[in-house]
Amino acid sequence: MATDYIVGIDLGTTNSLVAYMQGDVPVVIPGEDGLNLVPSVVALDEKNQIIVGNAARKYLIETPERAVFSVKRLMGRGVEDIQEELKLFRFRLAEDLQQGEVLRIKVGERAYTPPEISALVLRQLKRNAERFFGAPVAQAVITVPAYFNDAQRQATKDAGRIAGLNVLRLVNEPTAASLAYGLDKKKNGIIVVYDLGGGTFDISILKLHDGIFEVIATNGDTHLGGDDIDNLLIAIALDDIRGDLGLDLRRNGEAVARIRKAVIEAKIALSSQAATKLDVDLPDGKKYQREISLEMFEQMIQPIIDRTVGPCKQALKDAGLKPKQIDEVVLVGGSTRIPKVQRLVEELFGRKPHTDLNPDEVVALGAAVQANILGGGSEITQDMLLLDVTPLSLGIEVAGGVTDKIILRNSTVPASATQHYTTQVDGQTNVAIHVLQGERELARDCRSLARFDLKGVPPMPAGLPRIEVKFLIDANGILRVSAREQRSGKEAEIDVQPTYGLTDEQVESMLLESFDYAEEDFRQRQIIEARREADTILDALAKAKKNSAWRELSMDECRNAETLEKKLVNVKNGDDYHAIRDGIDSLNQATMRLAELMMDTAVSTALKGKAMDVTGHDHGEGTHAGHPMAKADFE
Amino acid sequence: MPGKSGNQPVDDATQSCWSCGTMRAVHFCSSCGKVQPPVPVDYFTFFGFPRKLNLDTAALEKEFYALSRKLHPDVFGQAGEQERSWSLEQSSMLNDAYRTLKDPIKRTQYLLRLEGIELEEQSKQATEKARASGELKKQVVPPDLLEEVFELNMHLEELRAQKKIGEDDPALLEEIGKAKLSLEEKYDSLLNELKDEWNGWDRAVDAATENNGIESDRRKILDKMVDILNRRNYIRNLVRDVNEAMEN
Repeated sequence: MATDYIVGIDLGTTNSLVAYMQGDVPVVIPGEDGLNLVPSVVALDEKNQIIVGNAARKYLIETPERAVFSVKRLMGRGVEDIQEELKLFRFRLAEDLQQGEVLRIKVGERAYTPPEISALVLRQLKRNAERFFGAPVAQAVITVPAYFNDAQRQATKDAGRIAGLNVLRLVNEPTAASLAYGLDKKKNGIIVVYDLGGGTFDISILKLHDGIFEVIATNGDTHLGGDDIDNLLIAIALDDIRGDLGLDLRRNGEAVARIRKAVIEAKIALSSQAATKLDVDLPDGKKYQREISLEMFEQMIQPIIDRTVGPCKQALKDAGLKPKQIDEVVLVGGSTRIPKVQRLVEELFGRKPHTDLNPDEVVALGAAVQANILGGGSEITQDMLLLDVTPLSLGIEVAGGVTDKIILRNSTVPASATQHYTTQVDGQTNVAIHVLQGERELARDCRSLARFDLKGVPPMPAGLPRIEVKFLIDANGILRVSAREQRSGKEAEIDVQPTYGLTDEQVESMLLESFDYAEEDFRQRQIIEARREADTILDALAKAKKNSAWRELSMDECRNAETLEKKLVNVKNGDDYHAIRDGIDSLNQATMRLAELMMDTAVSTALKGKAMDVTGHDHGEGTHAGHPMAKADFE
Repeated sequence: MPGKSGNQPVDDATQSCWSCGTMRAVHFCSSCGKVQPPVPVDYFTFFGFPRKLNLDTAALEKEFYALSRKLHPDVFGQAGEQERSWSLEQSSMLNDAYRTLKDPIKRTQYLLRLEGIELEEQSKQATEKARASGELKKQVVPPDLLEEVFELNMHLEELRAQKKIGEDDPALLEEIGKAKLSLEEKYDSLLNELKDEWNGWDRAVDAATENNGIESDRRKILDKMVDILNRRNYIRNLVRDVNEAMEN
């Protein structure tokens, strides 16, 4: 490939986006539907075809058992962690789930792990980018909540791999936002990024210094966001319905989905108006209607948004800063559109937050900036460097079930720590190490990351071996472990058992099963898309021949168009992409005047509007410069 | 204050860059900028600083930023596997070194460790031993605090007893509050005591380079620092106990 595109991806709880650096400016790449946001929704249609994004949304209401959303909440988690989520989200777990196995969620008759579902969203974004560039995309930077632990990060990276992407870096969402914010400003100072998204909350405090973006402290809650507000409103509505109408709809997936849709619309409306109405059609022709005033809404959500206060205060404390030392507060995430949230932030930091940025897009734009930096940089990014931190302390379990912290939270990554181990029994050849993540004193209160088994320790009297284990958190916030027996100098073998997560082999098999050979995949898709385009233009021509405009063409023009038509029909089912492409382009050329005539005579007004629109949006990419007639037929 | 800047060779000036062959700096080549294989060095040496405790943190930060620009994995996004792995190691060492040196207490503890005193190890072993035998870890009370601690412990005992039966004695709480304040003041003043020892240590380092240092002097200073850190630790734990007793 002439150019290797590296894209930035915001893999969100509710929506996902893909962006790249166009010269000096990060821009979001729209999907085929022209929209920037791809809802993180995956559905299976009647024919078990996978549908992702906006098109999948209708399945949430029509066939809720065939659609999943907010799967980010399940990334890197075990069954016992998600009991609370299950009450609210009705994820259907696979029945044959074994203890300690990675979760599998049922979609229709199939079951997928959270990384696989995320991979389907990522694959859609990858395709959007490939369609946009007309070239394969194999490398990406993906954002994660800053407060994601090792398992959640690893699961995100796995999702990228399954989608056929080489994940060059995981970037923390608030940090990515700061890159987009600081790109054109080149100013120094302390900024706070308050990121309240669909399902996660992060707070990061950064020091900006001549292009260095140094995170000083970060905190958050990976299960706090707009979803929680929606769930609260749904619970209230369900109670209301039970009380007023005597209907218990808690188990009715379709009704709950309808209520969810309605409360989300109400929530959005209340960001700009003083009151709104809930109006939901229920089964048996019944209706649920209710007025919600802004005041009521703000009272109801107070306990939820108050949960962001603790992490903010802790981050300030960890950074050793007082609110008045903060120079700027940046808001990120759709939930920061809620006026009450903005007021809370203003109270916390004693200043009006910065709201110029589009809170839905800024993270993806920042990811694009980081992608550009990793790709070697450009003039505008060459002085930029991100120094991020690990959000949680890394510890190991020692005698008595106590956590011994070896890398403290808010340490700049990469960070490392070295520990020494020995044996308890003569001739012992294995040493087990339990790695934990979290702030609590007792191991059982921390997150278990993995159990390592150091194997191949040379047999020696107890206490004699000296095994040096190096724990290293890389720039993605993911742990790597290596070990060496110092007396023999032997590299010890480490058997890692991630507590929650896929093994490399599992990831590999998922990758091979579904998305083998990215390059080949892309060629195939290119051909399929070209065929579809050929069909469209051929259909349009067939219709145009019945139009009066056809008779206005000269004999030569008609004959030429028909020759090219035949030629395209002949090549379009072959595997020669360029032949199909050429066929489309020449037929396109030959019928240009026909299209114009049709427009002039205003035979079809719909066609005209569409055609003008198309000429205005011609990217000049060749491959995607559509034919006016063909495009018009898409309606 | 730092003797050398980080981009001068520290140990072996004759080493050459693996990529372009010219003379290289410690961590990256001063000629072609390529990252070099990491050499195990102590944190002071990593920054090219002498092993002194008074340290200009502004200069340290500046050097940290400059080295980050050369060593961070982001700079090697498109480099080969080997360079990426060296960069990862170099930059983790840079971050570990910066984190340790910028904090006055961690810096002192680190120096003590370099001088062969395993502070943490001592305390960890003691803790584990105590845990294994099921006993509370015995803390040696610093002599100057003996009286104060004895009284405070009695008050705490009393407070816990009162809490158990749901009583509240404002006078007692005030007494404890006063004692806590006095402890916190001592805690802060210990940092100044420590800084006095830094000066002594730094003078000893200078003297050593002039070949007229006396080993016993160095030893004395190190022991004094260990003592200060231990007292500081003791007070910190005590204040934590007080806070716990008052909250519960």
